[in-house]
Amino acid sequence: MSDHIIKVANLTKRFGNLTAVDNISFTVSKGEVFGFLGPNGAGKSTTINILCTLAKPTSGQATINGFDVVRQQSQVRQSIGLVFQDSSLDEQLTGLQNLYFHALVYNVPAPVRKSRIKQLLQMTQLWDKRHNAVRTYSGGMKRRLELARGLLHYPKVLFLDEPTIGLDPQTRNRLWEYISELRQREGITIFLTTHYMDEANNANRIAIIDYGKIVAMDTPENLKHIVGKDIITLKTVDNDRTAEEIKHLYQIEPRYNNDELSFEIANGEKFLPSFIRKSSTKILSVSLRQTSLDDVFLKLTGREIRDEEMSNTFKNSAHGRRMGRK
Amino acid sequence: MHNLGGVYIIWYRDMLRFQGNRIRMIGSIFLPLLFLFIFGSGLGSQMGAIAPGVNYAQFIFPGIIGMTVLTSSFMAGISLVWDREFGFLKEILVAPINRAVVAAGKTLGAATVSLIQGAIILIFAPLVGVSLSPSTVAILLALMFLLAVAMSSFGVLLATRIKSIEAFQAVTQLLLFPMIFLSGVFIPLQGMPHWMSILTKISPATYGIVSLRQIVLRETSTTILGINLLGHNMSLWNNVGVLAVFGVIMILLAMYSFSRQE
Repeated sequence: MSDHIIKVANLTKRFGNLTAVDNISFTVSKGEVFGFLGPNGAGKSTTINILCTLAKPTSGQATINGFDVVRQQSQVRQSIGLVFQDSSLDEQLTGLQNLYFHALVYNVPAPVRKSRIKQLLQMTQLWDKRHNAVRTYSGGMKRRLELARGLLHYPKVLFLDEPTIGLDPQTRNRLWEYISELRQREGITIFLTTHYMDEANNANRIAIIDYGKIVAMDTPENLKHIVGKDIITLKTVDNDRTAEEIKHLYQIEPRYNNDELSFEIANGEKFLPSFIRKSSTKILSVSLRQTSLDDVFLKLTGREIRDEEMSNTFKNSAHGRRMGRK
Repeated sequence: MHNLGGVYIIWYRDMLRFQGNRIRMIGSIFLPLLFLFIFGSGLGSQMGAIAPGVNYAQFIFPGIIGMTVLTSSFMAGISLVWDREFGFLKEILVAPINRAVVAAGKTLGAATVSLIQGAIILIFAPLVGVSLSPSTVAILLALMFLLAVAMSSFGVLLATRIKSIEAFQAVTQLLLFPMIFLSGVFIPLQGMPHWMSILTKISPATYGIVSLRQIVLRETSTTILGINLLGHNMSLWNNVGVLAVFGVIMILLAMYSFSRQE
C-alpha cells in the first residue's frame, strides 16, 4: 500500500441540478495534517460526508486506508474517527457510558477497553466528571469528550470538522495540545476544516474549495505567495544609507514614506532576523506585515473567512436554542 | 462486527437510558393506572357486566396493558427522531455496524422497555379482581413482547421517513390515539357502528389487544369479546398469527428503510 492514506480521484456529487462537488482529486499522506477550507456551501461538508461514508458520490472514487468508501464502508468506518461541528453525544448518558458504547461499537478489545477509556478521559481532564450525564457538561467539555471518543478506537484518520468553533481561546489551545500530542504518539492523519486561520496554519497542506472545485492546494507558506510578498517597514538613524544597503545586498528598491522605508520581500519572518544582523546602521523601528491565509482565502474565493465564521456562530446559537427547548 | 453483537449494543444503550431515567417509567405507567382505576371504577359501576362474569374494570384491564405497550413502543420512533435532532444518530450512522442491525437493535430496545412497563401493570391485576396463574403470566409476557416488537418496528419505520420532531409528534397523535380508541381498549368490539367496526379490524393493534383479553379472561372461543373478521370468529391463534405477520413485515420494512437512508 502506498503512503497515501486518503486518495480522492475525480470525485463528483450532484444533488439534482446542483453540482456540490465537481470532479475533485487529491491525496493525503500518512501522518499529515490536511486543512480543507472553503466558504459555506462550497462543497466542504459534502466531501467530508462522502469520505465518512455518510453520502455516496455520483461519480469518482475515494479510498481511506486502502478501503473504498462505497464498497468497503465498514472497513472505512473502522479506520476513521470523527469530531463533528455539532455535538453527536448521547446527552442522557454519562461521559463514561458514551465512551463505553463507542468502544463496543468499534470493537475495542475487551482487555484494553477500560484502560484506554481511562487514559483518554484523564488526558481530556474529564475523569472526575465521568459519572455525570453529558447534558450537564459545558461546551468545551463536550468537545473534549467527543475528541476522546473519536480517538478511542485508534483511528488511522481523524476528521475534525470545525473542532473548536464556539470555544474560548483557552479551551481551543488545550484541544490543540491534545491533538498534536496524539498525532505525535499515534501517528494519525488529521483532516481538518476550520474557520480559524491560526488553526489552518498548523496544517502541513491546505486545500481551498470553492463552488465544488479545489482552487488551490499547497503548504500554507506557498499559498501565501499566491497573494504577494510580505511588507517590511523600518526606520534607521540613516535611512539613505540603509536604502543603499538594501539595493546593494538584496537588489530591491525601497520606497520612502515620510521618514520610513518600506520594501516587499517573500518569507518576511525568515528574512527579518538576518536582515537586522547584517544591517550596519542602527535600526530605530521595524515592522513586518505578513500575508495571511485570510488574504489568500479572500483572493481565491472573493469572500472573507470571518464573514463565514459569523454566519456559523449564528447557526450554532440557533441550534443551541433548539436544544434548550428540550 | 458480528451482527448479533451489534443488536446487543444498540439494545444495551436503550437499557442504559431507561435505567438513567426512572421518572419516565413512573410517568408512563401513571396514565394507564389512572384509566384503569378511574374508568374502571367510575364507568364500571354504571355499566354492569360486559360479558357473563366480566365487569368493566376486568374488561379494560388487558386493554390497558396493551395500551401501555402500544404507547411505549411508539417511543422507539420518537427516540430515533430525537437522536437525529441531537446529533447522536450521526455517531451511529458512521459506526461500523450494519444499519439494518441498528434498526433491529432499536426495535428490541424499545420493545424491552415496553415489556417492562406492561409487566408493571400486571401487578395490579388483583386490585381489579383478575387472578393470573404463573403460566398465564408467562404467556401474557410473550404476547406483550410480540405486540411490542410489532409496534416498535412500526415506530422505527415511521422515524426513518419522518425526520422532524414536530412532524413525528403530529403523526403520533394522528395514529396512536385513534389506534388506542379503535382497538377495543375501552369499547367492546361487538355492537359498534359498522364504520367503526371496519376501522377496528384495520388497526393491527386490535389483534394484540384482543389476544391479551382472550388470555386474561380465558375467553379463547367466545364471540362476545373476539373479532369477527369477514364472518369468521377469530381464535386466539388466528389473532396472534395476524399480529405476528404484521410484526415480521414491519421489522423487515424498518430494517430496509433504515439501511436506505443517507
